[in-house]
Amino acid sequence: MTTTSPPQPGELSLPARPGWPDETGHFGIFGGRFVPEALIAALDELTEAYEAMRVDPAFLEEFARLQRDYTGRPSPVTEVPKFAEHCGGARVLLKREDLNHTGSHKINNVLGQALLTKRIGKTRVIAETGAGQHGVATATAAALMGLSCTVYMGEEDTRRQALNVARMRLLGAEVVPVSTGSRTLKDAINEAFRDWVTNVETTNYVFGTVAGPHPFPAMVRDFQRVIGDEARAQVLEREGRLPDAVLACVGGGSNAIGIFTAFVPDDGVRLVGLEAAGDGVETGRHAATITGGTPGVLHGARSYLLQDENGQTVESHSISAGLDYPGVGPEHSYLNDIGRAEYRPVTDAEAMEAFALLCRTEGIIPAIESAHALAGAMRLGREVGPDALLLVNLSGRGDKDVETASRWFGLGDRDHAEPGAGLDEDQQPTEGAVSNDEAVAGQDAGESA
Amino acid sequence: MSLLAKRIAAARAEGRAALIGYLPVGYPDVDASIEAMVAMVEAGCDAIEIGVPYSDPGIDGPVIQEAVDVAVRAGVGIRDVLRAVAAVADAGAAPVVMSYWNPIERYGVARFAADLAVAGGAGAITPDLIPDEAAEWLAASEEHGLDRVFLVAPSSTDARLRSTTAASRGFVYVASTMGVTGARATVSDAARTLVARTREARPDIALCVGLGVSNGAQAAEIAAFADGVIVGSAYVREMLEGRGADGVRALTADLAAGVRRAGVPA
Repeated sequence: MTTTSPPQPGELSLPARPGWPDETGHFGIFGGRFVPEALIAALDELTEAYEAMRVDPAFLEEFARLQRDYTGRPSPVTEVPKFAEHCGGARVLLKREDLNHTGSHKINNVLGQALLTKRIGKTRVIAETGAGQHGVATATAAALMGLSCTVYMGEEDTRRQALNVARMRLLGAEVVPVSTGSRTLKDAINEAFRDWVTNVETTNYVFGTVAGPHPFPAMVRDFQRVIGDEARAQVLEREGRLPDAVLACVGGGSNAIGIFTAFVPDDGVRLVGLEAAGDGVETGRHAATITGGTPGVLHGARSYLLQDENGQTVESHSISAGLDYPGVGPEHSYLNDIGRAEYRPVTDAEAMEAFALLCRTEGIIPAIESAHALAGAMRLGREVGPDALLLVNLSGRGDKDVETASRWFGLGDRDHAEPGAGLDEDQQPTEGAVSNDEAVAGQDAGESA
Repeated sequence: MSLLAKRIAAARAEGRAALIGYLPVGYPDVDASIEAMVAMVEAGCDAIEIGVPYSDPGIDGPVIQEAVDVAVRAGVGIRDVLRAVAAVADAGAAPVVMSYWNPIERYGVARFAADLAVAGGAGAITPDLIPDEAAEWLAASEEHGLDRVFLVAPSSTDARLRSTTAASRGFVYVASTMGVTGARATVSDAARTLVARTREARPDIALCVGLGVSNGAQAAEIAAFADGVIVGSAYVREMLEGRGADGVRALTADLAAGVRRAGVPA
C-alpha cells in the first residue's frame, strides 16, 4: 500500500460489498426502515446521493486525501508480545485506530458523511454520541468543512465523558445534554431523530454507527471498512498469512464491521465480536445485545435488542459509555444468525483487567471500549493456543477514560499511586474476571511490597 | 366498510369533520386513563386514538413523552391497552390503537390483530411502520378486518402518497408539519396543501389531520378542508396538569364545537 504518491482518479474504487443488504436495506430479516414517513424522503435522498458518490472518482480522491493527510491513514499494525504473554501465548497484532486524528475509528465515517452533507447542499449536521468519540469526530469534520453542528449526548454520559464535551465545545459544536429516558446513548439517538424530522430541510444526520435505518448500516460500513482492508493487507505483508481470528468490541458495531468486512470472504478467519457484559449477563446489568437480547425494532431497524416482555427497550449497563447501548447494528445480527461471526460477552472487570495490562505491558492506554476486545483476545488466546495469530482492533485511545480508570483502580485518592498497579505485570493470567475489589486489593499489595 | 370509515362518514353526514382524541394508556394510571377516554367519548369524540406506551417514542414531543414515560415505568402493556379498547367501544366511539411498531411485534402481530378484533378495536395507527415494511401487518389486519392507518408527511413524494394511501384503510393520518407531536400556535399551510395532494393520490379515503392542533379555533380551521381532526398533546396536557376527566371533557366540548363551525369540507 503506497502512502507517498497521491491517489489518481480512476485508480480508486470502493471494494466490492458483501452480498448484503438487499436494495431496501435488509440483511436477511434484519435492517430495513422503521421510521416515520416524514424521514423517508431524506433517507431516499441520502441513499441516492451516496450511491452516486461512492463511485465518483472526484469524491473518492477527496476522501482518500482526507484519510491520508488529515486522519493519518493508514493506521499501523503493532505487535504486542508482552501483552500476548497473557493470551495463552498466541501472537497478538493491534490495528491502531487509536492513532487516528481525534483518537478513534469514528473519524473514518464522519469524513465520508460530512462530504456527503456538502454534496446534498445541507449546511447543518447533527449527531448522537455516547462516549463522545463520534461527537468529537463529527464536531471536527464540521469545523473542517464549515458546517454547523449540534451533538446530542445523554446527560449521564456528559458527566462520564466531560473531557469530550469540552472538546466538542472547543471545536464549535453545540452539545445538548439529553435528560429523557435513561439519559444515555439511546435517548440521545431519539432526540437526534426528533431534531432531524423537524429540520430535515437544512440538516443531515451524521449517524455514528452501523445501526439505524437504511442506508446508514451499509453506508457507515463502507466508510469504516478501510480498517479491515488496510489490516488484511498489512497482516498478509508482514506475516505472509491471514490471522486466525479478528476481534473487535461491539456496541452499535461500527469498528467491528469496519475490521470484519474485508475478512468476511475468508472462511478460515474467525470473526469475534466482544459485547459489553457489564456486571455479567446473568445479572441483567449489561449491554450484551446479541448474547442476551432478542430480535425487535429499535431506532429505525430490526436487529437484536434488549427488551422486556412489553417490547420496551431495557436500559443497558456498561463501564464503557461507547458500548452502553441496548441495540446493535443489523449486519451483526445477520452475521451471528448465519454463523459467520460469533459474539461473546466481556464483563466490566475483565475489560478493566485487559485495560490495565495493555497500559502496563505495552505503554498503550486503550479506550475502555477497545479493552473489551483485548479481554476477548486474552480468553480466545488461551483457548486456541500458542500458534494462533490474533488481530485485535484497537478502536480508540483511552485519554477520555483516565478518570473512570483511576476511579476503578482507586488511583485518584492517593498522592503516590503507582499507575496501573491494579494488575502487577508479573501476575499470572487468571482464568476468570478480576473484580473491582480484587483489583484494588492487588494495588494495595503492590504498594506495601 | 371499515369501522373508522363508517364513523367519519357519519360525521360528514352531520355536516362536520370527525373529532379524534388521543391519550396514552397508563397515565396517571390505567384506570384513570380509561376513565378519561370514556369522558372524551361522552363529550363528543368520534374516535379515540389509544396510545400504547413505548420507551423510545421517536416522533413524540416532550408532553407525550412525559406521560408515556410514567406508563412505561409502571409496566403498562398491550393487555391494558385492550382493556381501554373495550371500554371505548362500549362507550360508543371507534377505538383505534396508536403504537410504535416494536410493542406490537413483541406481542406478536397475528395475536395482536386477533385480540384487537375481539376487544372491538377498529384497527391501528403505526407511526414508525411504513407500508414497505408492513407485510405481516397487512396480512393480519386483512384477516381480521382491521383498519390500518399509515402516515403521510409534507415531505412525501407523489409516488409515496399513492403507495401509502393504497395500503391504508379507515383513514390516512396527514401529518400537518415536519416535526414531532406537540401543540403549535399555528397549524401550517402545509397541511392544506398536503391534504389536497393526498386527495389527488387517492380520492376515496378519509383524510384526518394531526400534529399541533390544540383548540377549537384550530380544529375549525382544519375541519374546513379535512375529514377529521386529530388532537393529542393538548389532551395529554390536561392529564399532566391534573385536570383528568373534567379537563378532557371541557377540551372536547371546545374541539367538538370547532369541527362543527367549519362545515363539510369542499
